[in-house]
Amino acid sequence: MEMKTNGWQPKIVAFFCNWCTYTAADLAGVSRMKYAPNIRIIRLMCSGRLDPQFVMAAFARGADGVLIGGCHPGDCHYVEGNYKTLRRMTLLKRMLADLGIEEDRCRLEWISASEGDKVKWVVNDMTEKLRALGPLDLPGKHKEWDAEMEALEKEVQTQQEGEPSHVH
Amino acid sequence: MSTKPKIGFYWCASCGGCEESVVDLAEDVLMVTGAVDIIFWPCAMDFKKADIEAMPDKSIVATLLNGAIRSSEQEEMAHLLRRKSQVLIAYGSCAHTGGIPSLANQFTREQIMKFVYEDAPTMVNDQKTHPQPHSRDNGHELEIPVLRNVVRALDQVVDVDYYIPGCPPTPKLLKEAVLALLSGKLPPKGTVLAPDHAVCQECLRNDSKPQDISLTEFKRPHEIIADPEKCLLAQGLACMGPATRGGCDAVCIKGNMPCTGCFGPVSRVHDHGAKILSYLASTAAGKEEDEISATLAGIPDPVGTFYRYGLAKCLLRGKVS
Amino acid sequence: MKTKTNGEARIGFYVCHCGTNIAGVVNVAAVAEYAGKLPGVVVSRDYKYMCSDPGQELIQTDIKEHNLNRVVVASCSPLLHEHTFRTACEKGGLNPFCFQMVNIREHDSWVHDPGDPATEKAKALVRAAVKRVALHKPLEVKRTRIHPDVLVVGGGIAGIQAALTLANGSQNVYLVEREPTIGGHMAKFDKTFPTLDCAACILTPKMSAVAAHPNIKLWTYSEVVKVDGFVGNYKVQVRRNPRYVNEELCVGCAKCVDACVYKEEKFEDEFNEGLAKRKPVYLPFPQATPPVVVFDPDACIQLKTGKCKKSCLEACDRDAIIFDQKPETKEIEVGTIILATGFRTFDAGRLPQYGYGTLPNVYTSLQIERMVNASGPTDGHIMLKDGSKPKAVGIIHCIGSRDNRTNRWCSRVCCMYSMKLAHLIKQHTGAEVFNFYIDIRAPGKGYEEFYEKLQEEGVHFIRGRVAEVADWPLTKEEEGKLIIRVEDTLAGFVRRIPVDMVVLATGLEPQPDAQEVRRLFNISCSTEGWFLERHPKLAPVSTFTDGIFIAGCCQGPKDIPDTVAQAGAAAGEALSLINAGFIELEPNTSYVVADDCSGCKTCIPLCPYNAISRDEEKKKAVINEAICKGCGVCVAACPSGSIVQNLFTDDEIFSEIEAVLG
Repeated sequence: MEMKTNGWQPKIVAFFCNWCTYTAADLAGVSRMKYAPNIRIIRLMCSGRLDPQFVMAAFARGADGVLIGGCHPGDCHYVEGNYKTLRRMTLLKRMLADLGIEEDRCRLEWISASEGDKVKWVVNDMTEKLRALGPLDLPGKHKEWDAEMEALEKEVQTQQEGEPSHVH
Repeated sequence: MSTKPKIGFYWCASCGGCEESVVDLAEDVLMVTGAVDIIFWPCAMDFKKADIEAMPDKSIVATLLNGAIRSSEQEEMAHLLRRKSQVLIAYGSCAHTGGIPSLANQFTREQIMKFVYEDAPTMVNDQKTHPQPHSRDNGHELEIPVLRNVVRALDQVVDVDYYIPGCPPTPKLLKEAVLALLSGKLPPKGTVLAPDHAVCQECLRNDSKPQDISLTEFKRPHEIIADPEKCLLAQGLACMGPATRGGCDAVCIKGNMPCTGCFGPVSRVHDHGAKILSYLASTAAGKEEDEISATLAGIPDPVGTFYRYGLAKCLLRGKVS
Repeated sequence: MKTKTNGEARIGFYVCHCGTNIAGVVNVAAVAEYAGKLPGVVVSRDYKYMCSDPGQELIQTDIKEHNLNRVVVASCSPLLHEHTFRTACEKGGLNPFCFQMVNIREHDSWVHDPGDPATEKAKALVRAAVKRVALHKPLEVKRTRIHPDVLVVGGGIAGIQAALTLANGSQNVYLVEREPTIGGHMAKFDKTFPTLDCAACILTPKMSAVAAHPNIKLWTYSEVVKVDGFVGNYKVQVRRNPRYVNEELCVGCAKCVDACVYKEEKFEDEFNEGLAKRKPVYLPFPQATPPVVVFDPDACIQLKTGKCKKSCLEACDRDAIIFDQKPETKEIEVGTIILATGFRTFDAGRLPQYGYGTLPNVYTSLQIERMVNASGPTDGHIMLKDGSKPKAVGIIHCIGSRDNRTNRWCSRVCCMYSMKLAHLIKQHTGAEVFNFYIDIRAPGKGYEEFYEKLQEEGVHFIRGRVAEVADWPLTKEEEGKLIIRVEDTLAGFVRRIPVDMVVLATGLEPQPDAQEVRRLFNISCSTEGWFLERHPKLAPVSTFTDGIFIAGCCQGPKDIPDTVAQAGAAAGEALSLINAGFIELEPNTSYVVADDCSGCKTCIPLCPYNAISRDEEKKKAVINEAICKGCGVCVAACPSGSIVQNLFTDDEIFSEIEAVLG
């Protein structure tokens, strides 16, 4: 299948915990590390705040990939929030696979406050992998799915009151 | 001609259980039939589509439509009834959230057709004949509705005013809805006509639930004989009660079966399945990936389990590739 | 104070140039123009330095003139200036939490090249903030009381200095030290660079002051085993390991040591770096504080077998020995904690090419410190194994420092202490001393001068990393010597330098249990394992956990002046909290909407702070917001969306997701 990839850039929505990964991204900045501009970071206090609904919403709204960053196991600022994230992500990844979302599109990474270089590496690596996968474009897909209803909808709109319809 | 308010019932992709639930009103069905004029109910009464088409727009006070929308015919009827009704109510899980039929959104239409008409064990079809939307027989043009690519909840096709959840809805909810309709005391448009709290609040086993659940194993209902007094989640059964809208009086749990989520989510939740996943995974034990995976292996089919009644309303709407 | 907040969003948007830091990469004018068209934005400006006074005044004036009820600033990281702008909003009469910050410096201009993608990213992040801020609600800052007592962990010079500073400032201090005595590494040193004043002369008075201070509770041979609570209100459990002596009664007369059934000193003396032996009962060193002996349970016959004639008991005229002493756990409440847990030195055996442990007369620098110390194992004489004085000594720098094979960092003190040892060796023995160095790092006050003085004294400096220390002679002069093979990078050839003694200038490493300790106190470590400061420049003794401060070498290698300065700073930070009496907490806590909660109890076991309980009457969950620390783990888990986290509501996050995607 041919994909429209002209000028397309993968879109990554990232959820970073305040204490480790967000701080690591700050460190990457302070260290002037250059990485792909495809990522949009949303700050959470803890990766444990990550509701799987957020991941679903990001994909549904057009993200090509979702990156979750938290403190390393045993390092959570809130003791064990990241283990709770791991439990949810373990099941979520399995469910996303069943829903046809490729593994590389949803990624959980433990990045400590001192690992600015890991932020750079992960973002670049994920961008490359998403580029290889091509666009997910769920808003476009949903629109495509619903195109089958257009003829009937148009028909309904143009129908006069009470006039019978003949569309199958 | 009767001056009683006109009410319509219609079914789309559904099992018929919702129709049954109307009859489950028992004596109250007389109250309902006494108070309203049922002008359309293909399951029980002989009315034709042309009769509806002939009616002026908005002349039906309310239509309760059950079933998901899978075919062009259902879509057309949804549009027609929308146009003729002042209030359109999505009745039951399928119309509300896609229901069991929307689990088909895990497969393409082609996969489904091939399975049903070729590969199903009960099928003998050497010619590999598939139904055709258009065909000729003895010089007659024959048309049958086309199957849509995806299954939709009612509000993904037409504008919906209210929702009565459940697979099927309980008679109590239907009665309350009809009374609200008759008295004109309807809540804001878009409301689900059921309480906005989770099943646990109505569950008689709530007090038996320990406060420190950490499950090392999930079991399926056929694998254990559940203690009829204790919280089913505490017994390892993936009960959706905490994440599912109440109003059912925890009827399944009274029957010693876990809640499977037919009332859909509460209003604050955007994606029922993701929320069930979040809550269930949060109760799982383990710190190592292997350990966690082993615990969660007791949920072999997350999509089928968490979106049993609502894959159409999953934010992804189904399998995406 | 009445603050404007609710009603239709009237948003003021500001994008900061940060000089050229942002404006050099992101088209700030385009971002401001774009933001001005977003729903709810009434004012949109770009400005050179938003964090400057005029920048902040701009916000305050606009709030009044344009009747703003929300503010968004796109500039640097919120971890840096969120507080600044919240305060500016508050001064303008707006609730400080009706503010959102967009990180377009650290997360954008500093990590991307100039051009459209960076500007587009800025716009996306701005869009999200504008959409989200409209949902912000006014919040109140909560205050928590600061318990005035302080816990200092580690009794080296850092811990001692911090404890004394606090105690002199009238605070009660618990000083917990793992070893039987305080003093740390400094107690082992003979002289200190560059002034060459005697370490004991400057340290011992401080140690005594600690022991005598009415405000200091000194617990040696003790370890922190549990830490609960949060800033201002920590509950700490300290385990006091049994030393089998009543500390109140023992005066350190050491009669028991003399009376011990072991007439010979047979057991390795940790304090003397293995150069001497001690008995099962011992005083680590003469000035040990507290001056209380300690029994080694792995060596004492009575403790091992219960079958000793216990001559020590008879010798003790104060009945201070308690053979059945048990570990004791003390629970204390403190408001702030200072960690000064120090370092360990690099294990020279890890680099076998230098012969440590295999060749005689190869010593670590710390062993030479003990040797040169008048109270040390050789009574201050620097001598070879055979008791003779060395005629030539080689000091090899950077052992376990600046080395990709071991540790990449510079240990900062080795050049200086190597030169100090060179001076002392030369002074004590008259030997020729060779320093083998990569670079001489002498950046402190009086340090470079000390380096010059050493050169004038005739100490040799050879630039080059030593390849190996060997004992196979090529010439007659080399016979019986240790031969140091090195490329002299200044002279440009490989040299073989025969010496009698080799000193390995071992570097500093994090304590072996640094990871466990930091977990205990819920702070972070750098990749190397040093405790991580909140900000390398602006918050060097703070950690990411409020109320916990770090001082000395646990944060990274440093010399005594820096350590003492840092300890003072940590004490100052603690005092500042104590003086304020309270701390303002981020209101990003969570609460249960009682009407929505079904009482399913999912959230209760998830809270790491036990802040969630069940109201048994109403059958609903309740969050104690004083205990909640705002992680939001319960919010994500709540199956019915009935828990709300302030500043991170579901709606706010969903709106961000939607907006960043356009």
